[in-house]
Amino acid sequence: MRVVLRNPRREIDVPGPMTVANLLARLEIVPESVLVINGDTLVTHDARLADDAQVEIRPVISGGAT
Amino acid sequence: MKCRRCKAPAIIDIPRHNAAFCADCFTHQCREQVKRAIHEHRMIAPGEKVLVAVSGGKDSLALWDLLTEIDIPADGLYLGLGIGEYSDHSGEYTRAFAAERGLRLHEVDLLRDHGYDVPGAAEATRRAPCGACGLSKRHLFNQVALDEGYDVVATGHNLDDEAAVLLGNVLRWETAYLGRQFPVLPAGPGFARKVKPLVRLSEREMAAYCVIRGIDYQVEECPMADGNRHLGFKELLNQLETKSPGTKAAFISGFWSRGHDAFIAEADEERATLAPCTECGAPTTTGDRCAFCSLRSRAQSATTEQPVTLRTRS
Repeated sequence: MRVVLRNPRREIDVPGPMTVANLLARLEIVPESVLVINGDTLVTHDARLADDAQVEIRPVISGGAT
Repeated sequence: MKCRRCKAPAIIDIPRHNAAFCADCFTHQCREQVKRAIHEHRMIAPGEKVLVAVSGGKDSLALWDLLTEIDIPADGLYLGLGIGEYSDHSGEYTRAFAAERGLRLHEVDLLRDHGYDVPGAAEATRRAPCGACGLSKRHLFNQVALDEGYDVVATGHNLDDEAAVLLGNVLRWETAYLGRQFPVLPAGPGFARKVKPLVRLSEREMAAYCVIRGIDYQVEECPMADGNRHLGFKELLNQLETKSPGTKAAFISGFWSRGHDAFIAEADEERATLAPCTECGAPTTTGDRCAFCSLRSRAQSATTEQPVTLRTRS
């Protein structure tokens, strides 16, 4: 599957299928810090991503000033 | 996973609630959490004029949308910070959001209206840009609210923001800051009321809300926030949250219910020493010029000296 990462934006290929939880574990990403979007739909951690999926892993942590 | 409320296929799981939701039920859940925060902390009374501080990011745009959805009319205030393309895009997202919904947006531009920008301020003070940025925002949001007759300033601070700030304040035992860390800061002479209606919702939930509602927002991180200590605290807290869901909410809600009262006296003492700034009249503890006027004066020189270099830093 093609995975888009942000900050900075880059794309990587990861062999599928696999669950969202496994993808995040494989990329060593803390689940609470991102959203996973498959195509244009949000997906839960147990969702299965196909080998030809287009996936965005979008960070949700932001802000400096308080 | 299935939606806890309607049993349709879920699109987002919220481990701290041990629940998942479909799109419709998730937006319903967000609205209910905002209503509950407003009610619990008496943030906004019917008929009050509300000003939302909007940055073009997910939290402030989600807040503006949520307030509108629960029939609390609010105008927006966008502050142009002068952080290169990052600020240009943030302004575009904000203006598009307001225009699409027919909402009123005030704009203040630091460089145009005050003669400096955040990179210039960071250069002048030789400190982290987030400090100058936060100071400018707090001062100008309050000033515009008072000048334009708003009763309340609503900000998009969420559960993660509050937990990270609390961790920072506890680690350094910033007792006066702890006394002021609450979902509502009451109005006083020279101060509009400040409220944080998103305190019951996490950063991840706000990003999901924007995706579901089709709200375009600034996804990229501020180029000047790199290394900011609150971002580090958020990462640490998210590692704890993943191992033990509910940790962040328990940390912040426990502080408000069982810890905050112990620090109110410190904050009150500080408030009792406030006197008008000799330059702008805003309340200050310095006994002279307020921190904003002092920053502006120093930053104007730095911004004028090296505007091109500083504005292309991003």
